This record gives sequence, structure tokens and C-alpha cells, in this order.
Amino acid sequence: MTETIVAPVLDEVAYRETARAWLAENAAEYAHPPSQAWSEDELVTRAKAWQKRKALAGYGAIAAPKAIGGAGLPTRFAQIFAGEERRYHTPFYIGQSIGLSMAMAVIRKHGAPEQFERFMKPAVAGDVSWCQLFSEPGAGSDLAAVRSRAVRQGDHWVLNGQKVWSSWAHRAGYGILLARTDGSVPKHDGLSFFVLDMKTPGVEVRPIRQITGKSDFNEVFFTDVVIPDANRIGAEGEGWACAMTVLSVERNQSGGGGSAASQVMGLIEKAAATPREGGVALDSAAVRAKLAQWWVEEQGLKHFGQRIQAALSAGEPPPPTLSMMKLVSATKAQQTNAFVMDLDEFGGLFGEPAEMEDDDVFYQYLWAACLRIAGGADEVLRNQLAERALGMPQDVRLDKGVPFDQIPS
Amino acid sequence: MSLALNDTQRELKGQVASLLAERATADSLRRLITEDASWNEGLWRTFADLGFLGAAIPEAYGGVGLGPTELCVIAEEMGRTVAPIPFFSSICLTAEAILIAGSEAQKAKWLPRLASGEVVGTLAWTEGPGAPRLTGLATQLANNRLSGSKSPVPDATIAGICVVVVSSGGRPALAVVELAQPGVTVTPMRGFDQLRHHARLDFVDASAELLGAVDGAEALRRLEDRAAIYEAFEQVGGTEAALYMARDYTLQRYIFGRQLASYQAVKHNLANTLVSLELARSNALAAADALESDAPGVTASAATARLAATRAYETAARENLQLHGGIGFTWAANCHFHYRRARLLALNLGSAEVWTDRLIDELRARNTPARAA
Repeated sequence: MTETIVAPVLDEVAYRETARAWLAENAAEYAHPPSQAWSEDELVTRAKAWQKRKALAGYGAIAAPKAIGGAGLPTRFAQIFAGEERRYHTPFYIGQSIGLSMAMAVIRKHGAPEQFERFMKPAVAGDVSWCQLFSEPGAGSDLAAVRSRAVRQGDHWVLNGQKVWSSWAHRAGYGILLARTDGSVPKHDGLSFFVLDMKTPGVEVRPIRQITGKSDFNEVFFTDVVIPDANRIGAEGEGWACAMTVLSVERNQSGGGGSAASQVMGLIEKAAATPREGGVALDSAAVRAKLAQWWVEEQGLKHFGQRIQAALSAGEPPPPTLSMMKLVSATKAQQTNAFVMDLDEFGGLFGEPAEMEDDDVFYQYLWAACLRIAGGADEVLRNQLAERALGMPQDVRLDKGVPFDQIPS
Repeated sequence: MSLALNDTQRELKGQVASLLAERATADSLRRLITEDASWNEGLWRTFADLGFLGAAIPEAYGGVGLGPTELCVIAEEMGRTVAPIPFFSSICLTAEAILIAGSEAQKAKWLPRLASGEVVGTLAWTEGPGAPRLTGLATQLANNRLSGSKSPVPDATIAGICVVVVSSGGRPALAVVELAQPGVTVTPMRGFDQLRHHARLDFVDASAELLGAVDGAEALRRLEDRAAIYEAFEQVGGTEAALYMARDYTLQRYIFGRQLASYQAVKHNLANTLVSLELARSNALAAADALESDAPGVTASAATARLAATRAYETAARENLQLHGGIGFTWAANCHFHYRRARLLALNLGSAEVWTDRLIDELRARNTPARAA
């Protein structure tokens, strides 16, 4: 294993070459996809080991400060390395990025330097992964309605309540938590933000059985969970601002560019290879119209992403139209996966169990339903586009200015 | 690929936009329709004087010598205001056709006059109902004599020259013909778009010249690609105008005690239009980029841009009128300009059905050699 720290170079071409050489030496075993899908245990073990190896070489958190084990370089160097790493099939799971992007952003912006170092060093080093403890059964699109309650007792807080849709919570060492600390003020004002050690007594993680049959998400229950006040991020009542910081990271990530390969091209090939009476499916005007529209959307998003990247590199803030990327791509995924089944007519609904893996059309069609809801439901994204990009007013809010405890539920 | 305009292009956009905002107002459009006028000739003169007509024509032929992206920038502003001048016919179709297929002498003869605005040009392709096509053309060119009929031909009543798609020796070809001659009859047609007049052209043994620098079918393929990209920008301009017209109206209109724009049904409607606009603009910019770098696959980029822009403009034009409610159905409101123009631009270069086939065939052909290899 190479353990030399990469010297801080500022030449992008040289940086790319060095990264490429380092990956060639260190990621050789990931040059091809695994012949057999890794079990969850193996994935997590490999992913943590890979992160550690990157961290030791200065690639663990390229744009993060050196104080937490980062390389302290401008973001474009992180993009260069990520571009090079994408040539490999290196192990990764979402729990890592929740730590290295979301938790990193919120603690850096709202937390104390001591907290930033204490929580982020283990994430960069690959020792600890994170989960997000935001949504609740009664607080999804209306996130500020969370009712998990933290009550202050001296130098600590006592938490009771329930979270849901927490990805990888069963593997997480820490969670970023949004909790209500004051019910007597309007809903956005009574929230505070914490880092929760997931090993604290009273934290119970239960996997959710999803429509896919898998369990990517969890419910997390809190019974008299003690959180030290030293784990509070930002001031009391600053929870909503913290949550917004996290969500802006999440939004900027979702649908950020996409793969270079065209999925629609694959669909065209499939339709050209699907026999129909007197020809192939691609001869049908109805089929062509659908494919053309998906192509327009796919290419449009690709070029939209390039425009955004160019604007961001020029130092402009992310535009409010960014949320259209997930809006368009999630619906398209639902439609295109249905189309693959359509091509085989009734037979399209049947397949061997071995085909039921992650890239399978059945799975993707089911997963598309989740994509349209997670990280901002279609309806929420349309509201955002109307309000932030077009400057249209918010809908009437009956709970505006009303103390949280008096809002009907 | 940054897909962004440079400073010069932005400046040009601003100049064209402010001129048109002043001179192509909605009231001036209404006046033209009432007078049954074909164009705003004064605006055309100003456009010429400011060098906008010759923007993409090489300096050697009296132009400014800028690139296709500058033409796209101007086309977008034309679309935004539904400007009543034959810019698309004369510059985006005629000048481009002569640039693609004309001889040195033909370029030297016509391009300076198109750039100065002294002559208006147009392109005649279709022969009655049906999409533009390369086969079965009844208009024939033989020994520099032209016979046949073309309709609808845009701006034919004000044009001095016309590039005609003909059959010559059994193959598609382009010919240039001067319209002021005995063998040419121009008959105005009653058209759906009141601000761009169309006519039928009848040629009986008219004097014409072949534009034969490149093969006719190849020249037409390139011309169609370029025209589709310029027009995609015109459609993007129209889309943006209609979208923000609707936005502004719903902000100002109160209903049941609050702004119409605060209702979710209205917000989601316009959010969808905004998504269509951004997809159309992104695809149009990518196509302009492909044109600029003369990359292979311009046809697919052009088709993608045209399909995206057609859908966006039709959506924006219809929903703009819808969200205005009854007032949108009146002559006094401005929705009808886009409502009609969106239809014209959706069909004048071939419908979405035609361009869907062009796109899918192109993509399929792109796939096939890869598979064989």
C-alpha cells in the first residue's frame, strides 16, 4: 500500500496525472466490476478500507481542510480525482457520503472548530459512516413539522421520538439529527440540530421492508436517549437553518451530471431488436415519439448540467433551476423502465430470479417510485421552481406564525 | 464545452433586444395586422444598418463575418418579440443556402445585397400540403429554365430572389431565381400566422440558375440542420416571452382574495413550462456548439434542438393564453401572437413527426456500425 502524502500541487494537468498513476497502482483490483455482487458486510468493509487508503494518500477529502485530514485544495481538484476514480468500480455506500458531504457541510458552517475536527476526522479516515435523521412519519415534504423532542437537562438533552427513511442507519456511527427543542414557538423556530452517537442506549434501528423486497432504509426510534450538549450544532433554535444547509447539499448532488453513456441509445437498440409483426418495434411511430422525447430530456439534462458546471466554475451560485434535474430524470426512469417491459408485452413482466438484481428492469421500475419522492417529491420541486426560479408566491400556509403545539395534526 | 455566450455575443443580444423592445412592440404588431402589412420595412432598414443582417455573412461578401452562434442570438430575440421582418427567410434560409451551395460568382452577386437588406430572399421547398422532401418534386430546372409551383413560400410577396428546391436531371437541386420577371406569378395565400405572409409561386419557363457547388441532397441536408438550429433559438425566445408573460399576469391578477400566481395548479403549470424551456435552451446551445465546431452528428443535434424547442414553444404559447383566462382570448391581449407563431414554427420546417423520424434514423445509424465493429 502506498502511504505517501501527495504533495500539494496546483497544476491541474499534473494533479490528474498523479491521481491517475496512483489509482492505477492502488485501485487495480477494482478495474472491473465484481464478478459476484458483494454482500453488505463485504461492501462496507471494502468501502471503509478504500476510504482509508485514499485518506492516507491525501485523496480522502480533497477539498476539506487539513485539520480533519483533508488536502485543503480547491473543489476542482476533487472533481478531477472523482472523474479519474469513476473509471474504476471502487466500493462506496451512501453512509460515507452523508458524512463526507452533508455532515461535513453543516458542521463546518454551523458548528465549532472543535466539533468539526472531532466528528469529521473519523469520517475522512474511513472509520465511521453517517446517517441522516430528518424525516418522520408526520414530517416528510413538510420537514419543519418534526416532533421528535429533545428536552434540556443541565449539560445534556433527553430525546424521544421516531425518525424514518434513514438510509444506512444500521451501519452508521453518527447521525445528523433535527429535533424539536421548543414547541411554544412557530415550527421553524423551535428546532435544534445535533450529532447523535448511534451507539447511545435507547437508539433502536429497525429496517424497513420496501416494495423492492430490500431494506435500504430504516426507522429509528428514540427512548430517553441522552445527547451531550457538546454535540449540539449551532445555537438552540438554529436547527432549521442547519437542515437547509444539508438539503442544499443534497439537492446539488442529486442528478449532478449523470453518466456519459446514453440510456436512450440502449433503448433504441432494444426496440430495433424487438420483433413485431412485419418488422421491429422501432418501426412504430408511437415508439419513436416516446424515444425521441426521452432523448430530448436525456440530452437536455446533460447539456443543462454542462451549463451549470460552467457557471459554478465561474464562481456563480447554483441556480434555482437545478431542482429540475431530479424532477425530469426520475419520471423518465419510471417511464423508460416501464417501456422495456412494454417491449416484451405480457412476457415483459416475467424473468428469472437471477435477473432481479440492482440493474434489473423490475427493480429499476420499483426504485423509480422512490426516486420521485426522495430528496424532494416532484410536487415540492415544482413549487421550488415556481417560487425560486419564477418568483411566484408561496401557497397559503395555515400554520404560519402559529406556535407548533397549537398546529392541528 | 461551456454552452454559454461570450461577452461579444451577450452584447449583441442586448443590442438586438433593446432595438426590438422599442420598435417591435405588441401595439405595432396589431397595427401591421390591421393594415394587412407584410413587414415593418423601417425596422428592416435599421436592422441592416446596424449590421445584424450581415452578422454571419463573411466580410468578403459584405457581412460582419461572425459565426452561427451570433445568428442564433439574433434569432432568439426575433422569436421573443415576433418581430415582423423577413430575417429568417432572407438570412437564415436564403443567405445560408447560397453560402452552402452557391458558386463564387453567385455568392459575390447575392450575399452583399442580402447583407445590406437591399434584396429580401426566401426559400421555396414544399409543393402544397406535405413535409419538405427530396423526391417526387414537380418543379423542374432544365437549361436554366424553371417550371412548376411552390407553396407555401414565406415572405414571397416582398422577396426579390428565391432559392427554389427543384428536380434537375432527376436529382434534387437548388436554384436561385429573381422573382421580378415575366415567368413568375406570386399569389398571396391566406395564412394562419398573420405576421408572416406566405404566397404561392408559379414558374413558367422562368430564368433561373443552379446553385451547384455541392450535391443538392447534401446541400439541403445541411441547410435543414442549420435552419432547424436557428429556428430552435427563435422558438426558445418565444417560449421565454410567453412563459414570463404568463408569470407576470398571474402575479398581477387577484382571484378569491389572493394572487393567481399563488395557486399550486398555476405554479406547477408554469414550472413544467420552465422545465421545457431549460431543456430546449440547453439542447439549442449544444446544437449551436456542434454547428460552430462543425462536429459530426450535427443532424442529430439539430433534430434534438428542434423537437425540444417545438414542444417548449407550443406548451408555453398555449398555457400562456390559458392562464390569462378570457382576456387571453381577446385581440387586445398579446397571447395570440405566440399562439399563432408557435404553430407556424412547429410546421414550417417539417412537423415533430418528421423530425422524430430524422432523429431516430440518425441515432439508429450511429448505433449500427458500432455493433458491427
